[in-house]
Amino acid sequence: MVATVGPEIAAVETQAGQAISVRGLRKAYGAVEAVRGVDFDIATGEVLALLGPNGAGKTTTVEILEGYRPRDGGEVRVLGCDPGSERARLKPRLGIVLQSTGVEPYLTVAETLRMYASFYPRPRSVDEVVELVGLPRKRDERVVRLSGGQQRRLELAIALVGDPDLLFLDEPTTGFDPSARRETWEAIKNLASLGKTIVLTTHFMDEAQYLADRVIVIAAGLVLAEGAPSTLAFRDRARARIRYRLTDGMPPAHLPFSAPDAAGFVEASVDDPVVVLNELTGWALDRHVALEGLEVARPSLEDVYLALIDGADAGSDGA
Amino acid sequence: MRALELTLDQVWYVNKAYWRNPARAFFTFAFPLMFLIIFTSLLGTGTVHIGSIAVKQSTYYVAAMASFGVITACFNNIALAMTYGRDSGLLKRLDGTPLPSVSFIVSRVVHALLIAVLLVTLTAAFGHVAYGSSIPHGAMLLRFLVMLVVGASAFCSLGLAITAVIPNADAAAPIVNFAIMPVLFLSGIFVAFGNSTPAWVLWVARIFPVRHFALGMQAGLVGTPFHWTDVAVVAVWGIAGLLLATRFFSWEPRR
Repeated sequence: MVATVGPEIAAVETQAGQAISVRGLRKAYGAVEAVRGVDFDIATGEVLALLGPNGAGKTTTVEILEGYRPRDGGEVRVLGCDPGSERARLKPRLGIVLQSTGVEPYLTVAETLRMYASFYPRPRSVDEVVELVGLPRKRDERVVRLSGGQQRRLELAIALVGDPDLLFLDEPTTGFDPSARRETWEAIKNLASLGKTIVLTTHFMDEAQYLADRVIVIAAGLVLAEGAPSTLAFRDRARARIRYRLTDGMPPAHLPFSAPDAAGFVEASVDDPVVVLNELTGWALDRHVALEGLEVARPSLEDVYLALIDGADAGSDGA
Repeated sequence: MRALELTLDQVWYVNKAYWRNPARAFFTFAFPLMFLIIFTSLLGTGTVHIGSIAVKQSTYYVAAMASFGVITACFNNIALAMTYGRDSGLLKRLDGTPLPSVSFIVSRVVHALLIAVLLVTLTAAFGHVAYGSSIPHGAMLLRFLVMLVVGASAFCSLGLAITAVIPNADAAAPIVNFAIMPVLFLSGIFVAFGNSTPAWVLWVARIFPVRHFALGMQAGLVGTPFHWTDVAVVAVWGIAGLLLATRFFSWEPRR
């Protein structure tokens, strides 16, 4: 997977409507290759989720795009700039939420936002920003008194106050309770509705599913798959799974059900669930058999993701 | 002068945050005064001979503790605050914004300087009332202020430089103390030098900036002779610290 520097790299550089374009990106820390030739594009206004296990190269990739880290090879354009050499030009147009949460604890929410706003050429108003992230009632509260979820939303507000064209959110809800996650998701949805381009890294499939227009799965420094959350890795065309729990007897012999598992569940993987379900329920009604816990499911984003990651592991073991 | 405006803004925010942690502020100011009272109670009855001049032990400590206060407020506090900011991600966050790094650093140094001036004023006033130490005036006041500003800046830049060898915030206080405490003792801050002070101690005191800074403070508060060479030595240390800091300062946690 060595990046080839060729004419196609020059061609993608200035495509209109492209917020980010990455070709053959490589980065090593000593002998460890964290990113091994990554290519992707992100359109203006798109919400993109980068998925991948720990150590997959997500954060390294994002930090190269943000300008924190130099790259070893490949081409990167962020808002038309090279983040390696044109960082100063890029900074006023980026909003960044990092994994670590460092905010001056003794200033109030409004003071903190006013301070960050003063760094930017065309800041948004503090009132508007606290409204967007759902913190208007905490305006005059000191940062030290905010809960974890509120602090994270303050960080979103900080990233937003400079009115950036592009937002990077690195694991924005890790360590949150469910209601704090919901609130933060709503805040991010609000940002997306302003037309901001958003690059999100996350471990949570439901987060990617809820927020992202498109998903890129990275593992071991390579792009494994990309697509919309609903169609990733042909998820929409995968076979449906029908399952229920046997209370007595056997499943209908003419349907492709598996042998019961330890808990008594039988399962069938089918192309057309409508036909099979019709036969199954007819058969059950005729014989007065209960279909306990009956469910029909497509593989979830998580199933697809885990299968991809497993496949990549098996591949690298064999190599 | 956008950077200047941002720097002044930053000083204002740093100051605001500083006083909102009253415990931190109180103990920064109380520490040298407490030491002053303890040392003068224990050792404050004798006289110290500086060259041909005999000085009361108690006034000697007024100058020594004023120096000690400045060093704590600048060297220790800058090193600890920067390491904490680095580890908590505050520095990395700021590094991702258009705030010029010069504005960030200079504002912290200027604030430490203001605190140092306030601290010296308090110690001098207390020393004058309680122990009859002098208050510098006229030309001596100017020389005294030059030494104070040069010294405070130099100890700030050394505080920035030492962050390069501090691996994480937990290690910051022990490392900073390990670096500064022996030099304070070997510079006569806590125990005045006498005729029997070993030559190697005098050499250590001559090399490091603490003794030179303390002599400058002493000239103002006790009335001993003022030497510009002391200012020069402290300034050289400050510049060296600044060069090291520029080369090795890190905006991200060291892991």
